[in-house]
Amino acid sequence: MAWVNAIIQGVLTGGLYALFACGLSLMFGVMKVVNLAHGDLAVVAGYIAIGVITVTHVPVLWSVLIVVPVMAVLGYVLQRTVIQGALDRSVLTTLLVTFGLSVVIENGLLQFFTANTRGIGAGLPLVTGSFSIGSQIQIAYLLVVIFAVAVVVLLGLQYFLSASKYGRLIRAVADDREAAQLAGADYRHVFGIAAALAFGTVALAGIGYGMYSQLDPTAGTDTILLFAFAAVVIGGLGSLWGTLLGGVVLGVAQQIGAQINISDEVLAGYIVFLAVLVLRPQGLTSRRTQS
Amino acid sequence: MSLATESTARPAAGFRVTRSRRNVTWTGAGALIVVVVLALFPYIVYSGTTTIMVQAFIVLTLASMWNLLAGYAGLVSVGQQAFVGLGAYFVLILAIHGASPFAALPVAAVGCGVAALPMWWLVSRLRSGYFAIATWVLAATIMLIIERFSSIGGGTGMPLPGVAGLSPAVLTAYTYWAGLAVAVLALAASYLLLRGRLGLVLTAVRDDEVAARSSGARVGLARLLVFVVAGAGCGAAGAILAISQLQVQPSAVFSVQWTAEMAFATIIGGLGTIEGPIIGTAVYMVLQQTLAAYNAWYLIILGLVAIVVALFARRGLWGLIDDRINLRLFPVGYWLRLDSGGERPRRLLARLGKGVPEA
Repeated sequence: MAWVNAIIQGVLTGGLYALFACGLSLMFGVMKVVNLAHGDLAVVAGYIAIGVITVTHVPVLWSVLIVVPVMAVLGYVLQRTVIQGALDRSVLTTLLVTFGLSVVIENGLLQFFTANTRGIGAGLPLVTGSFSIGSQIQIAYLLVVIFAVAVVVLLGLQYFLSASKYGRLIRAVADDREAAQLAGADYRHVFGIAAALAFGTVALAGIGYGMYSQLDPTAGTDTILLFAFAAVVIGGLGSLWGTLLGGVVLGVAQQIGAQINISDEVLAGYIVFLAVLVLRPQGLTSRRTQS
Repeated sequence: MSLATESTARPAAGFRVTRSRRNVTWTGAGALIVVVVLALFPYIVYSGTTTIMVQAFIVLTLASMWNLLAGYAGLVSVGQQAFVGLGAYFVLILAIHGASPFAALPVAAVGCGVAALPMWWLVSRLRSGYFAIATWVLAATIMLIIERFSSIGGGTGMPLPGVAGLSPAVLTAYTYWAGLAVAVLALAASYLLLRGRLGLVLTAVRDDEVAARSSGARVGLARLLVFVVAGAGCGAAGAILAISQLQVQPSAVFSVQWTAEMAFATIIGGLGTIEGPIIGTAVYMVLQQTLAAYNAWYLIILGLVAIVVALFARRGLWGLIDDRINLRLFPVGYWLRLDSGGERPRRLLARLGKGVPEA
């Protein structure tokens, strides 16, 4: 029964990991940018949420309505300035610049907010509540909600990219920037919109993680970026549903590892990641979607 | 402006192809004098100064290795802390078994070079950005595995044994010389590697990978070689770190901060120039020493400067110096020089337009 519990918990945390990975995957799919500051930006979103809640006393979930647009605007601005500037030079420069951003953000948070851990919405029924199946399986409401949010976000992105007019534009620019430019699309603006979308999901990931666990300045790289990346590689590069599958596989691997030895949770996830890298470098789902 | 093939070295009318724009003998002699003077430091200066210098040697070694990776082989590794940590642990393990940490140093370097082979096999499946994060995950994985072994200190680490017999002054001096030797070797290795066939292949790849591959350059092999050398160099730096700290703690030696420091020093000094890491290390040390009282501020400032430099001055501070005074301390490319009189190579190139003679 403990194993069944581990698998159920693993699948549900997989939703959170898929949410981590969404923005990373989207930015790479459209702009070929691997944003090494991805995780730190999620932590920034979490800290903004904490700030908003403390200052305005809005209910915790309402903070999402403020933080997601704020991060989306930040994403657009960052893409149009720093990231586009790096992209115009070379792929190497985007890596150097986003790595620099990552270190600057992480140490900046450390300077201004100390290394203390902070949670979001501690004590709320949504965060602490759970329901049980049988006597041994307890499922937290929060994980179910996060999983549902991840599925809705992935479905929404899929629909947006494949069916909407703007989604077509994004795909066109991702496929062939010059051709889209000739047809009258301003690719820089389209990249900005894609970054705004990605940063919106980054905000959800940061807030979700802050509610599920505790945020601290190092969580951005140690947890969010590396888990997001592992989920993307396990699932298969460039596939949104693969990302969900990758997140779930990573979550299950971690929970099974924790079941064997509580301190092996993270290691077990990475070992599965390395195994996938060796045995199936194209990921578990090799089918490619348009994103 | 190095030429992609050696065949252009044949004499042509009016100018010749040379390695350097100024006489390289003088810079060689200068380098030798600098090394000799540095080697005498333990007799001249206080041990506080040599301790800071050891830190500089570590950063210089790391930066030179990262420069080989990112500046020449196009490999942005964010997981070089894996080798820093492994180097430190090689020294710790050998010292626990009775070896002198100084004797363990070369073993650690070779061990890290060997460890780079399976790691390359894993991470080379991914390209550019994903390669970067894959190296990072690998470093995290290695740390988690090492933390499982309580005989080498587990998650908390342990003090380095095997140096109790040495007096503090002697230990400081030995550590300094070992650090100096590692840094000089790292620079010499970079220079010799880039001057040889490998440098030619890497330059060709940097300029046009498809063309280089189609003319038979063994790109994969060249990158593997750089990854192994960088692994050994970072491992040696990790060994010096363990000896200078007399303590090995997993979260400290496997910290991504090492990669941040080597990357920032390289970018600020000048990515893709051998002189860059030296300048970058100097900038790093000055900032770090001045802002020592303000925790991580030096890293924040270095990061911001590195971002600005990466965007607006791609060849870093050394690039700016080079543009002004037209100097190369470690010439690895080829230059055109007029036989008649002292016309500056740049003016010659300008007169030729883009007409560098192609074979």
